[in-house]
Amino acid sequence: MNAPLNRTPLYDLHIKLGAKMVPFAGYEMPVQYPLGVLKEHLHTRAQAGLFDVSHMGQVKLIGKGAAAALESLVPVDIIDLPAGQQRYALFTDEHGGILDDLMVSNFGDDVLYVVVNAACKEQDIAHMRRHLAGQCEVVELTDRALLALQGPAAATVLARLAPAAAELTFMQNAQLELAGFACYVSRSGYTGEDGYEISVPSEHAAELARRLLAEAEVEAIGLGARDSLRLEAGLCLYGHDIDTGTTPIEGSLLWALSKNRRPGGERAGGYPGADVVARQLADGVAKKRVGFIVKDKVPVREGAEITDANGKLIGQVTSGGFGPSFAGPVGMGYVATEYAAVGTLLFATVRGKPVAIEVAKTPFVPQRYYRG
Amino acid sequence: MSETKYTESHEWLRLEDDGSVTVGITEYAQNLLGDLVYVALPKEGESFTQGQEAATIESVKAAGEIKLPVDGTIVAINALLADEPSLVNDAPEGDGWFFRIRPGNLAQLDGLMDDIAYQNLIDQ
Repeated sequence: MNAPLNRTPLYDLHIKLGAKMVPFAGYEMPVQYPLGVLKEHLHTRAQAGLFDVSHMGQVKLIGKGAAAALESLVPVDIIDLPAGQQRYALFTDEHGGILDDLMVSNFGDDVLYVVVNAACKEQDIAHMRRHLAGQCEVVELTDRALLALQGPAAATVLARLAPAAAELTFMQNAQLELAGFACYVSRSGYTGEDGYEISVPSEHAAELARRLLAEAEVEAIGLGARDSLRLEAGLCLYGHDIDTGTTPIEGSLLWALSKNRRPGGERAGGYPGADVVARQLADGVAKKRVGFIVKDKVPVREGAEITDANGKLIGQVTSGGFGPSFAGPVGMGYVATEYAAVGTLLFATVRGKPVAIEVAKTPFVPQRYYRG
Repeated sequence: MSETKYTESHEWLRLEDDGSVTVGITEYAQNLLGDLVYVALPKEGESFTQGQEAATIESVKAAGEIKLPVDGTIVAINALLADEPSLVNDAPEGDGWFFRIRPGNLAQLDGLMDDIAYQNLIDQ
């Protein structure tokens, strides 16, 4: 059962930097560097962190029909996505469950660029090939690595390599030369900070990474801090906070559903499970994803049961841990909808004991996206 | 003359001149756990028997417990850890100590590893 693990083009660099490597989604990935998870997290929020996210899937959809075709799989407006823009999307199944979450960029000239989660990429690519056949080409970019440069100094740092990078605003993308290599650069990320995701040809990935790490503001950051950063930012981790057992409505991701794809919109429905989503929008849902803070210092982790004041089981934690910038434990999970209002006092069971938690707004730290 | 003993679960126990025993986790353990974010200590006066869980710790990665390898009663706790669990990472065998016990049966300490035996264990 133990398939050999894949390595990203940055594997040797991770080892040289002293990373602790762990298996993740079929890859050997750096969970932390000698700096440690806590300091890596704080450094990213203070300056800039460089992440290897090359395990994620990069795909191009090519052809005149690409946007209309992809729209048939996601509850998101792709047809009117302007060239140079990126949008968050969700693949849904016929029950409205979430198959994966993804980022879609319009590269212009009938080319869409899609980034999907590592653990789902084979299934996502098969899904697209099955449903988009005859409408556009589905090309997996196996020859590209993906880096993320995140934090308040990210723009200053990247502008040293390509001044145009500083002119992008949140969720814009451009094809830029960085250190002489042809990169796809988008101003987005998974930390709640300003920053970029950079797709670079695999053979040049280590060199670009070394070039960025040579900048005084930049430290290498592992998956451990990536998880605490995204948790504080209130961002979902697929397979934990959302999966096929949760719909976009239950997952509190209504904001990701474009207005013109919702009931009454000009291109309403037309994606798998649209009937379920429409029914849930009209009738409500039984459970909802919420954020919570802990009224104690004890971290409340994934899997913990959530109860009301009488000990009645009303939900479960899907992500949780210590938020280094929040300076306390935070988490998210699903609760019965009547308990989902911000400020509701609940309990999570930790080592058999009830720990007081309070439903709270996310993100837990202010987002600092650059909107121009 | 103080003497330090070690457990297979990476706690250290130091017999102090006044007959009390100070308990903490080793450098090896803190490195394995990563940054500590939470330490729940017992109360002064609480008594434990050998093998009982006396404290809980949580790092950014995982939860762990401190089991007392000897009988004893808590005579002091390191109250600084409540607000500053990182002391355990910075100085696990110094300022990052957890608590001090009055041992119920000093002979139980003899069953633990000395520093050479412990070094051999973690070098494996």
